[in-house]
Amino acid sequence: MLADLGYFAVAITFAAALYGAGAAAYGAIRRRPAFVESGRRAMLLTWPLITVAALSLIGLLLTRQYQVAYVASVTSDSMPTYLKITSWWGGQQGSLLFWSWLMAGFTTAASLRKWDRDREFLPWVIVITMITLAFFLSLILFFENPFARLWQTIDGQQVTALFQPAGAVALHPTDGNGLNPLLRHPGMIIHPPMLYLGFVSSVIPYAFAMAALVTGRSDDRWIRLTRRWALVAWLFLSLGLILGGRWAYDVLGWGGYWGWDPVEIAAFMPWLTGTAFLHSVMVQEKRGMLKHWNMTLIIMTYSLVIFGTFLTRSGVLSSVHAFAQSSIGPMFFGFISLMLVVSVSLLIRRWRQLGGDNELQSFASRESFFLVNNLLFMGIAIICLWGVLFPIISELFTGQKVTVGPPFYTQATAPLWIGLLLLMGIAPLSAYGHSTWKTLGRSIWKPLAVSLIILPVLIVKSVTNPAALLGYWLVAFVACVTLFEFWRGAWARHQRHGENFFRALNRLIGRNRRRYGGYIIHLGVIVMALGIIGSQMFQQQTQATLAEGEQLTLGPYTMTYNSLAEFNTADGRQVDRAVVSVFRDGKPVGELHPRRDYYFAAQQPMTIPGVRSSLQDDFYVILVGWEPIASQGATFKVYLNPLINFVWLGGFVFIFGTIIAAWPDPDPQVVRRRVKSGRHALART
Amino acid sequence: MTARRSLALVLLATTVAVGFSLAVSRPAQAQPPTPSDNQVNQVASQLYCPVCENVPLDVCPTQACAQWRELIREKLAAGWSDDQIKQYFVTQYGDRVLATPPAHGLNWLVYVLPPVAILIGVGVLAGVLRSWRRSPVPEPEPPSITENPYVRQMEEELQRRERGE
Repeated sequence: MLADLGYFAVAITFAAALYGAGAAAYGAIRRRPAFVESGRRAMLLTWPLITVAALSLIGLLLTRQYQVAYVASVTSDSMPTYLKITSWWGGQQGSLLFWSWLMAGFTTAASLRKWDRDREFLPWVIVITMITLAFFLSLILFFENPFARLWQTIDGQQVTALFQPAGAVALHPTDGNGLNPLLRHPGMIIHPPMLYLGFVSSVIPYAFAMAALVTGRSDDRWIRLTRRWALVAWLFLSLGLILGGRWAYDVLGWGGYWGWDPVEIAAFMPWLTGTAFLHSVMVQEKRGMLKHWNMTLIIMTYSLVIFGTFLTRSGVLSSVHAFAQSSIGPMFFGFISLMLVVSVSLLIRRWRQLGGDNELQSFASRESFFLVNNLLFMGIAIICLWGVLFPIISELFTGQKVTVGPPFYTQATAPLWIGLLLLMGIAPLSAYGHSTWKTLGRSIWKPLAVSLIILPVLIVKSVTNPAALLGYWLVAFVACVTLFEFWRGAWARHQRHGENFFRALNRLIGRNRRRYGGYIIHLGVIVMALGIIGSQMFQQQTQATLAEGEQLTLGPYTMTYNSLAEFNTADGRQVDRAVVSVFRDGKPVGELHPRRDYYFAAQQPMTIPGVRSSLQDDFYVILVGWEPIASQGATFKVYLNPLINFVWLGGFVFIFGTIIAAWPDPDPQVVRRRVKSGRHALART
Repeated sequence: MTARRSLALVLLATTVAVGFSLAVSRPAQAQPPTPSDNQVNQVASQLYCPVCENVPLDVCPTQACAQWRELIREKLAAGWSDDQIKQYFVTQYGDRVLATPPAHGLNWLVYVLPPVAILIGVGVLAGVLRSWRRSPVPEPEPPSITENPYVRQMEEELQRRERGE
């Protein structure tokens, strides 16, 4: 019953989305505002409708309706309620519904804004968002239905279908398989929604861009309308990526946070093009240049969002054959191709109208640095795309499967990352328009000189790896330049307005949120870079089998294996949990409990490391194996990850900066009212 | 027994005693098997699990991978070099066990395409920058007004009136 209601709600949402797109397009072409309005109302209807579908699915998940195939595959009796709810996005079908629900929500939010000044965009924003929504809903309706039930046919086969196949009887499993153990982690509960939010909110800037192309408005209006959306999308993508890294570090048990896995890269690529866009869009705002390029970047970001979903959802990563067998792979392929062809042909049609308003005045100008920045980001994106695509191409043409792993990505992208760090140091000091190398050099030499101090300090501390020295110097250089920018601005305010320095700093950031939010993001990046360089270049590891009471040593740490206990839990796990004591420089710093959980229903082990964390380093212990009589020995793999917590710390700074940059400006009307009432108050006194 | 031999015996006994007392007073350090886990992992980290997707062999928690690691240990004990072991896995399970595709045949494309694409990007960027500097972009005509047929008609009408037609 609930399943039927859910499916019915999806079907009506699909119809509403299609109608919305059709009515809006018709209204725009035939200049019939009533149709556009009708399309807008249909669009407003999609979110409540799909919420009904979502609530139906949550209801099914919570009430143990195991006759529904999705419920049986992702929940089980032993799971706590909150996990039953989050298993909504724990499997293919549910996550597509989740995607669509978020998409409809974002579209509704976008449509509620004031459209007075850009009424002509509205129909096309509706068309683009509703077509995208309808595409995802069609996948749910026709291929990946989370409401389908389990049946047994006459010949004993188990099938999945919404309606009863002829002669089949309903199957009622007594318990479900339960959620994939790897997904039962707090990081995994928030990580997918964040990433999906990033994905769906990227659709909105694309919709505005397409609306600008269709209507032929070549001014910057679409940029001004969408830059905050783009920033919000980017915020969620960044959050999703950082949380994903943390999840991998906590759960996957390989001592790292980023493995250049195709699934990670799928989410990383739209982030790269989005970052390029957020930089180059400033050139269009300030100088009226790069209009074609910004359109191209938005089209790429949207395509990569859909492509990323396609990569992770179609099975193409495991093999080309899985893709061919999967029902949704070819659909995705068709949709991406269609949208790409439509977008590119629209762009070509409007090419001449999008000419720049200004010419480049100097190679040392801010805009030319932004161009180089874009080139580097695109370079990284191309390496990523190629690395993900090549195994598929190889399998397709030669039948041979190959792995393109971390060594490829790190070696290929390292020079580009170095270039980006260098630009982060130079570009903030350059000016738009006229800017000469001489003036640039004059402002650069001081921070450059200060940053060079770090080199002798590091060498004294016996850091001799040239790559690490280069990396740390770049971090110091960017830090000097960025902090100098804050100091310069605040000092000027302090001098002019006589404000106390911190108040001046606060006001400075408040008045130029995008600029200084951006600089805070840069600071976050270099704090992260500190952690990445430390943990990548100076990671140590060792593995040993210890009998009870035996020790192993790694760096300044010593670890003693005390005991191991094996027990079963009520939620269907067998837990093997070791107790080890950790000493740093001979002093006890605590006990760790690395463990291995075996989930009976899923027949899957999960490795939970024991971590002693400090700002200086992480001592990360994994229980690899143990003897049948545990007292005889257990094998531990131990990592020493220097500075790794700077990655997470930098992540916080990064997100904080993004929130500052994206924070909405006060409503101009409110300000005006406030000013007016202030005047009245003055008049009264 | 010569004095020299008895001195040697005393020294030996002292060494054993000191060694023993040290071993008793201090918790024992683990005795690594030969070849050690670290040596095995060093090779395994360069290989990818032949069954799991994108999981390096040294960190894969499955039983199959544990057996493969033992196989590496046996090969190391038999005196095989890292490269020989890697080659053995490639012969058994194909190129996919290597972290990066070996540079032959179609695989060359992996290494050639990104630098070529970036160089093309650099070329395009340089060209664009130079052309911008050389030829200032003409001021765009006031757009869109004349595109609107209604406005265009009105403009023409007004012009006709001005000319007194």
